[in-house]
Formats: sequence, C-alpha cells, structure tokens
Amino acid sequence: MSKFKKKKDGGLPPISTASLPDIVFMLLFFFMVATVIKEDNLIIQNKLPKANQIEKLDKKKPISYIYIGKPSANYIDTYGTEDRIQLNDKLQSVEQVQAFIAAERAALAEELVPTLTVSLKVDKDAKMGVLTDVKQELRKTNALKINYTTKKGDALDN
Amino acid sequence: MAKRSAPEVNAGSMADIAFLLLIFFLVTTDIATDSGLSRKLPPWEPPTDVPVIIKEKNIFALTLNSKNEILLTSGGDSEIVPLNELKDQAVKFLDNGGGKDKDVCKRCKGEKNPESSDNFQKAVISLANDRLTDYKTYIAVQNEILAAYNVIRNREFKKDYPSSEMNFVQATEMYQDPSTELKVRESLKEKLETIKEIVPQKFSEAETKRN
Repeated sequence: MSKFKKKKDGGLPPISTASLPDIVFMLLFFFMVATVIKEDNLIIQNKLPKANQIEKLDKKKPISYIYIGKPSANYIDTYGTEDRIQLNDKLQSVEQVQAFIAAERAALAEELVPTLTVSLKVDKDAKMGVLTDVKQELRKTNALKINYTTKKGDALDN
Repeated sequence: MAKRSAPEVNAGSMADIAFLLLIFFLVTTDIATDSGLSRKLPPWEPPTDVPVIIKEKNIFALTLNSKNEILLTSGGDSEIVPLNELKDQAVKFLDNGGGKDKDVCKRCKGEKNPESSDNFQKAVISLANDRLTDYKTYIAVQNEILAAYNVIRNREFKKDYPSSEMNFVQATEMYQDPSTELKVRESLKEKLETIKEIVPQKFSEAETKRN
C-alpha cells in the first residue's frame, strides 16, 4: 500500500454554498438601510411628471404630502374617475385640506412649524382645477412653502 | 460520564430565512423621490384697494388653455409659442435691459429693445392656467421658466464669484447638502442671497379663471 495514493478523480466537486447566507445577508442589509417604508397607501394613480430644475427636499425638515390624481383601477367603481385628493390614507374633499395642515402642524414641535413644506404629488395626467383649489386652501391656512414633487428628467417629453 | 459536545446547529436554513426577509424588503422598498420644483405661494390677503401698476412692456404673460397651448403676451404682441422655445424667449425677455436713466440695466446682455423689459428687478413673468390644463404641461412651463431664471443667475454668479468655480445651481446644491461644512455654507448663503437679490424671481401666478 503506497502512502501517496493517487486521488480518485470523482468528477466536479460540489460548489460550496456555505457563503450564500452571507451574500444574501449583505443584500438584505443594503435594502434594509435604503428602504423608506411607504408613507401612504395610495388609492389614486400617482405617476409624477418629469422636470430638471429640481431641488432635493431636506428630509430633516417636516414634510406633509398631498396626493392628487384619478382613483386607481380598483377604486373606480367606488370613487369614480374624477381627480381626487388623498390626505393620509383617505380621499378627502378640498375643504379638509386646512384641517389636514392644522393636524400636521399640531404634531410638530413649535419651532419647526414655519419650516413645514407641503409636497404636492400630483399625477401627470391630472387637470389643474383641483390643484388650484388646493393651492388656494394652502394659502388660506398660510402653508406657503410648497414643492411640486417630480421625477428627474426632461420636462419637454412629459 | 464522558463529556458530550453540544450538537452543531444546522445553519442550512439560514439562507432561506434571509431570502424571505430580503424579498420582503425588496417588495416594500420605495426608493424615495423627494425632489421637485420648490415654489412659494403668495400669502392670502384681502384684495388690496391700490392696484399695483406694472408697465406692459415689463410683463411676460403666459396663459395656458385647456388644450395645453401656451399663449405668450409680451410687448403688445400675442402669439402661441411651442414649449421648447419658451426658455429662450424668457431668457431674452429677462435679459433685455431696455431701461433708461434710473432703470438702466448694467448687467443685462440682451437686445436693449425699448418695447421689452427694463431690467431684472422690473421684469415680471406671469402665468395663468385654465382649470382643464394638464398638470404635466403646467409643470413643464414652470420648469422652463425656472430654467430661464437659472440661466441668468448662473451667469451672474460666475461673473461675480469666478474664484468659486461653480454656478448658481451647483452652489445651491452644495448649500443644501448637509455634509458641507458650516463655514462654507455660510459664505455660500451670502453669495446666493446676493445673486437672488440681483436677479429676483418675479414670477406671479394669477388665480385660475373660471368659465
């Protein structure tokens, strides 16, 4: 019996999957860090238009979101096909915008109230009518800092 | 009694658990798109008794109709302009510098047409829209007007602060970036405010007409 026995050539060795959990965990951590859990569950269509003269919104300052658009396909039977306003999780009427802003302000520390920015997330196919009404309500309640939230891109090919 | 070693934990299913979590986060992720056109609304005031009088030549009036056409009224003429020419027209209007005597505009590089705007301070862009205008057209017009202001602000910023080696938009970005040092931000803020004073954004939005 020789000491240096020739290794048996048993074909390809199986690929080690021991490091698979590590790889998956790495991906998992990336997504956990990059994730922002959706603020609101949308019941309306909300495809944002594109623009290129945009500024980033400072996440440290308080932001309130107002969504405008047609009800999405599942809700057409309930809510119709006209443009609607969504505040938090519900469709609301224009008159409720002031109450919504007041509630958002009440939840803030006093010194942050003047820095509140209203982010208007309006569907690109919406008409201006509802948005104009919302803007009037915002002016009445003195929430003057607004941001038309858009995607980055060329505004000419919207 | 012989010491028995603890049995090894089977780590084979770890990958499955991790995958499950991964898929959960993949599905719920909504990479934030919080950027857009920042605007300031005019305060809500009772109608003033004294109407502000602006010379017609200083107004660049845009009207959007329900068919998403853009009507430009400036210097006595009205015409429908395509969206892609809007920015150049607006720059031409803002940069005209047709003012004389105390209204003279030293920084303007335009044609000095007496029928168009006097200087940066006097030039007003007004935008009116119909209730049936599409939002995407409205945003595109807003975008083009802001772009026109940025063209001029960039130029003036570069002229006044050549040592900073950036333009107005880049300086604004740097100012808003929280990782910029406080000292740098303060000096940037001062520069930005100066330029904003030289080229103010006089961009008014009339209330939507109801028909």
